[in-house]
Amino acid sequence: MGRTLFDKLWDIHAITSLGDEEWLLSIDRIFLHERTGAVALKNMQKKGWAVRNPGQVFCTIDHIVDTFPGRGDETLMPNGKAFILATREAAQATGITLFDINDARQGIMHVISPEQGIALPGLTVVCPDSHSCTLGGIGALAWGIGSTEAEHAMVTQTLRVKKPRNMRVRFTGRLAVDVGAKDMALHLIKEYSVTGGQGFAVEFCGPAVAGLCIEARLTLCNMAVEFSAFTAIVAPDDKTLEYVKDRPYAPRGDNWSVATAHWNTLFSDPDAHFERELEIDCSAIQACVTWGTSPQHLVALGGRLPAPELELDPARRQNMLRAYEYMDLKPGDAVSDIKLDAAFIGSCTNARLSDLRLAAKILRDRKIAPWMKAVCVPGSTQTKLAAEAEGLDRVFKDAGFEWRESGCSMCLYAGGETFGPGKRVISSTNRNFEGRQGPGTRTHLASPATVAASACAGYIRSAADT
Amino acid sequence: MTGFKQHKGIAVPLLRNDIDTDAIIPSDEMKSVSRHGLAEGLFARWRYTRSTVRMQNSEFVLNSAKYTGASILMAGPNFGCGSSREHAVWALSEYGFRAILAPSFGSIFRRNCIFNGLVPVVLAANDIKTLAAAVEPDPQTNKLTIDLDSKEVLGPDGLVFGFSMSEIELEIMRKGLDPIELTLQLDDSITAFHLADRRLRPWVY
Repeated sequence: MGRTLFDKLWDIHAITSLGDEEWLLSIDRIFLHERTGAVALKNMQKKGWAVRNPGQVFCTIDHIVDTFPGRGDETLMPNGKAFILATREAAQATGITLFDINDARQGIMHVISPEQGIALPGLTVVCPDSHSCTLGGIGALAWGIGSTEAEHAMVTQTLRVKKPRNMRVRFTGRLAVDVGAKDMALHLIKEYSVTGGQGFAVEFCGPAVAGLCIEARLTLCNMAVEFSAFTAIVAPDDKTLEYVKDRPYAPRGDNWSVATAHWNTLFSDPDAHFERELEIDCSAIQACVTWGTSPQHLVALGGRLPAPELELDPARRQNMLRAYEYMDLKPGDAVSDIKLDAAFIGSCTNARLSDLRLAAKILRDRKIAPWMKAVCVPGSTQTKLAAEAEGLDRVFKDAGFEWRESGCSMCLYAGGETFGPGKRVISSTNRNFEGRQGPGTRTHLASPATVAASACAGYIRSAADT
Repeated sequence: MTGFKQHKGIAVPLLRNDIDTDAIIPSDEMKSVSRHGLAEGLFARWRYTRSTVRMQNSEFVLNSAKYTGASILMAGPNFGCGSSREHAVWALSEYGFRAILAPSFGSIFRRNCIFNGLVPVVLAANDIKTLAAAVEPDPQTNKLTIDLDSKEVLGPDGLVFGFSMSEIELEIMRKGLDPIELTLQLDDSITAFHLADRRLRPWVY
């Protein structure tokens, strides 16, 4: 009987069975950030526990830190500075590697860990951050954990994990020109609901996934947590190896040969069994945007907002009604009539170089609508520097966008910055929950291309219309 | 954390789908680098009216006198989805909750519950509705009991619903065990595994 890619990675890391389907798994890399990392490191110190292998633990400052040019330790979030200082102090005391505010390697953890070659194919990578599943895009087995589990991983270099079931999602057919990985992820969630992946490790495959660049695969896997999956993964291929080669922390010399030989075995066997298999025809995927407060509240650009009466599940219908109230929208409204206040390009979902290039292509020689506030926050300092080397910063600034330092920024309210109550934002991020971008802020999730086109129009628009 | 075998308490219904951890503890309520001081921020966006001075929102169920002292939360499916922040569990525990009943949980949140002694009980949505209806006439009297030995939720009028949970997780919660200490008992296996793995995958270390 063949094994799935996930089964193979599980077996490689399984130290021992703990009974009841729970296993002790070896953890290869641990990544922390200043919001959930500092509290874990501090608690370990209090209990007298040491980091077992500091060389395998990395930390960045991304969540609370300001993204304004010339930033320091002070943050808009009251007491945010305390998190940064505590993280710096704990990192020094424990000997883990910290990418601090002025380090050229600083950035959002899920952007910098593949960028630096810290997350690699076949590794188990955990972070106290739910979007750790992003790293499945390079073939890593990565998932989000809490603070207690982060401590557990640091002290023991292991985690106790119940084995999830296998799901495969095959994307067939061709994507339309204005449709990208973000639309694929949102489409999957809409079709199978925000709980469709519950209890599963999901492998994405098929010609459309093979056709995606590595950065787009990271975007696709990023939203697996919004699908309630344990994690998602794409089997490493030649593109992956090309991406990984010569990254600062990637293996070199003899180690490179040993590693690539291993990576070439990382695929699902033809006779491997998946408990659930889904197939999505990419020609059915349209560029889309969320209208409500759940990622499954999705509508095609150019469409109209759905009628709650058509939702058969009463609890979901109730959620739709709440969402209409929070978002100040009505069923039947045309998406193209939704007037925006702001646009945001950033986050671990869509703020890599390829995303910024896509957005810049639309913004070139255009201006944002006069009433709009628009902000671009590159996913990492390296991304920012690379974009500047190509002159993309000028394109964003000339269009009227603010061009920021790297961090999570207004994807969430952790840094205390927000577009404000009642403001309607089109955003390249991953969560449109009530209050996610600040109290009362209304979020419409979309691809960076859609965000750029909408920023110019001041209304929700497709990049195909520009 | 302190474990328990049985807990009897007042149960409060919050039967919405997909209550995420941003709703349970908003970002700006995580005010210090600590596992404590979070109860005040629990459900802050819903519990308080949006004025500069914090006022209780009388329409929110946790503020209802009827459910004062609640220690069991009855929720909708996918409770605790979203952000991994363990602060959501710390806030619920500090507020006084000992168990959450829901048809399903966000997977990271669920694990966080286990390690903090907040019991995540999976029951069918209809069973939770039945319990909520039985509690509703007089929540202070019609209490629920969570029994970790029999793996049952006992309600008024002889209502009994069984739930399943692994023996390891039950043991952690009954005795308030520290998972790190449990795993350190396997230290020899871990060391041996890493020695062997270092030879197989030298590029990892």
